[in-house]
Amino acid sequence: MSTIDFEAIFEAKLANNEFIEPKDWMPENYRKHLIRQVSQHAHSEIVGMLPEGNWISRAPSLRAKLVLLAKVQDEGGHGLYLYTAAESLGVSRDEMLEALHTGKAKYSSIFNYPTLTWADIGAIGWLVDGAAIMNQVMLQRSSYGPYSRAMVRICKEESFHQRQGYEIMTRMAFGTPDQKEMAQDALNRWWYPSLMMFGPPDAESPNSENALKWRIKRESNDHLRQRFVDQTVVQAEYLNISIPDKNLKWNESKKGYDFSPPNWEEFKNVVKGNGICNKERLEARNKAHNEGAWVREAAAAYAKKQNQLSTAA
Amino acid sequence: MSMSDNQGPLWEVFVQKKSGQPYVHCGNVHAFDKEMALQNARDVYTRRNEGMSLWVVPSEAIVASSPEDIGSFFEPANDKIFRHPTFYQIPDGVGHM
Repeated sequence: MSTIDFEAIFEAKLANNEFIEPKDWMPENYRKHLIRQVSQHAHSEIVGMLPEGNWISRAPSLRAKLVLLAKVQDEGGHGLYLYTAAESLGVSRDEMLEALHTGKAKYSSIFNYPTLTWADIGAIGWLVDGAAIMNQVMLQRSSYGPYSRAMVRICKEESFHQRQGYEIMTRMAFGTPDQKEMAQDALNRWWYPSLMMFGPPDAESPNSENALKWRIKRESNDHLRQRFVDQTVVQAEYLNISIPDKNLKWNESKKGYDFSPPNWEEFKNVVKGNGICNKERLEARNKAHNEGAWVREAAAAYAKKQNQLSTAA
Repeated sequence: MSMSDNQGPLWEVFVQKKSGQPYVHCGNVHAFDKEMALQNARDVYTRRNEGMSLWVVPSEAIVASSPEDIGSFFEPANDKIFRHPTFYQIPDGVGHM
């Protein structure tokens, strides 16, 4: 069979909305694109544990602490689902971690912003997880089987994340004047970084064309961003706090809100590594990895010894 | 480069949702030994009571059919419609069969 036949089979599967599985033939660029996207998605889950981890020891109640611990543990689990999905494309866990720890691989730039108050934990659940869900619901129908299946699991778990965040926001927004101010301040700081999560505008998105062609993504960045804004406005109104955008206005003709774009120069700068917390996040990941080295070594040595004992017996 | 020592070998995870139901594949984990594989599988795949029993199997022990075989390998089942109950005509009035 010639290569052209394999390509035709691949294209036919995409056209029929079928899934591509690890052992199927796939174009090298499809594989590369997925390795980049899925591994960076995994890194985002793992690095995303850090800003919230910052508040576990300072959660305002035992209930809040239990919830936050469960959420952060979920993010770790999501990272693991995604790493194994990426591994099925022929990249090793070690290679991916190496790329993260040396700064070669990217992760979502939202996690390079600091969590200054407890309201930030609410805003992250509400806005950041809300934006992530919007993206991930679309990715449940991604053409690569293992990625799609990881997304189905993640979406099931993620909705608790957004709800717990919104619950924190309601407590703060309907609390004391100081708490209400914190809620507004958190919205002010997280609004535009959340809009950035959907990636650059379609006209300037270098990876979008292939991702849509291969059905890795099913909707464009701008489309998802619009839907996120339309969904979030009513939630902010309920909280009686203001989205920090003077141009935000209902547009009857498009049945959606007009809104200001985020500052894309700031976005590029954070992606390049110059955000407020980039350095801190990478240091924390490297520290955890290096300080855990002895555990991996001990486990490997123990397994080896057990193997020797069982073959000797 | 593809196999790593640092994370331990890969194990496939199967979950049984309820007693009496089949075990269904749900993903995989890295672990250095059986016990660790079982514990990691529990932590990663059953945080919300998704199952009451788990199997972990070394990935390298799995034998799989290859996608190129899809035609010839499964072909013998294609022309045997007499294996299905709807192939047969049963007269009215003999009750459920």
